[in-house]
Amino acid sequence: MLDLSADEVSAIQLSLRVALAAMLWSLPLGILVAVALARGRFWGKSLLDGLVHLPLVLPPVVTGYVLLLLFGRNGPLGHLLEQRLGLVFAFRWTGAALAGAVMGFPLMVRAIRISIEAVDRGLEDAAGTLGASPVWVFFAVTLPLMLPGLFAGMILAFARSFGEFGATITFVSNIPGETQTLPSAIYTFTQVPGGDAQALRLTIVSVIVSMLALLLAEVFARSVGRRLSGA
Amino acid sequence: MLEVDISHRLGTFRLDVRFRAGDGLTALFGRSGAGKTSVINAIAGLIRPERGRIAVDGIALVDTEERIFVPRHRRRVGYVFQEPRLFPHLSVRQNLLFGRWFTPRKERRIEPSVIVELLGIESLLDRRTGALSGGEKQRVSIGRALLAGPRLLLMDEPLASLDAERKDEILPYVERLRDEARIPIVYVSHSVEEVTRLATTMVMLSGGRVESTGAVPEIIGRLTRPPGVPRGDSGSRTGVRHSGEIFDA
Repeated sequence: MLDLSADEVSAIQLSLRVALAAMLWSLPLGILVAVALARGRFWGKSLLDGLVHLPLVLPPVVTGYVLLLLFGRNGPLGHLLEQRLGLVFAFRWTGAALAGAVMGFPLMVRAIRISIEAVDRGLEDAAGTLGASPVWVFFAVTLPLMLPGLFAGMILAFARSFGEFGATITFVSNIPGETQTLPSAIYTFTQVPGGDAQALRLTIVSVIVSMLALLLAEVFARSVGRRLSGA
Repeated sequence: MLEVDISHRLGTFRLDVRFRAGDGLTALFGRSGAGKTSVINAIAGLIRPERGRIAVDGIALVDTEERIFVPRHRRRVGYVFQEPRLFPHLSVRQNLLFGRWFTPRKERRIEPSVIVELLGIESLLDRRTGALSGGEKQRVSIGRALLAGPRLLLMDEPLASLDAERKDEILPYVERLRDEARIPIVYVSHSVEEVTRLATTMVMLSGGRVESTGAVPEIIGRLTRPPGVPRGDSGSRTGVRHSGEIFDA
């Protein structure tokens, strides 16, 4: 049915890899920021909240350009990371993952934050009086109870990174096999004569993957929700 | 022996409480809004009083002058809340053993089997918490608090959310607990009936202050007797002491 060429397969694989990496690497920071925003009381909280949400409202091209300025080989952070850790983002698939992570971050934090706010503080108090230290309360009570939101946040971040285009193409360009993700490939095919069929095939793949991600989230949320209701 | 002497402000409400509680069951009695729950929240470490001292067996949990504030998870003070607050993601058995995981081996004074038998919850152990009735949930929550090996057990109107039949189901267990568990209990209630049935001593709270402390029949007697009506016996023999006197006695 879908007779995919090598280039198309590589674009799909790359997009999956980018989205997966973006989701997993941003998860610990996402949880941390969500906890801070949901529970913390500190100076600059509104500022942090705004900063996290910025990629949601900025034009993606602007986000991509800022990433290029910061994480390009001559950018302050890019230079430092390359020297210290040998980590290069510019024009590599890792850069695409970084762009995806940044773009998906607000969605992830938002979903996790809402799920933390929904956790009954009374249960945490009870766990505390039973001898659990704050760290244990988090891992034994809060974290399991916020799993549905956590998973929803992961899926949203995955889907957002999977479809990321503007920031990615600005930051890491559109190099086949390295940074040509599925959306970039579709864009390329629409720009060349006779590329319509290829663009359409990749569009179908994109719809299927996104749909599967949403279905998976739904199924998981239901099963966890049943478990968490104590039934 | 529990000693409480604290002051705390919650908005416009001022809490200024001083009492001692020995073995057996001490009822903190008073209308809603009298500050009963705030007092046991301070004992459990859920709120931090602005001033004062709370000690169990002479060991300070809070002493604002000495700058002592033991965090709630190190107090070993059991707390049974008004709602059972069972962990919905854990089974009944896991709920019961939750506190035990955090209790050092030598402090595990009560065997789970004893508690399970005492509270009559054998048949519930492998169930999910959502499948329990209100009364069963509250029994499990009492067992969970006891299995953390507390030095003191706080109970905040544990029967308030239950109907009369469920109350009668739980009351005998609380009585057994009082008589068999050898843990001092502080029991918050506004029900004369519960207090009369359960309490050894009583601390009467009103408007954030201790109005009187003493043996239950006398205080209840005074409450039900209209003012001005002469009493059959003299106050000095009733065992009722006014606030503050208990420290001088």
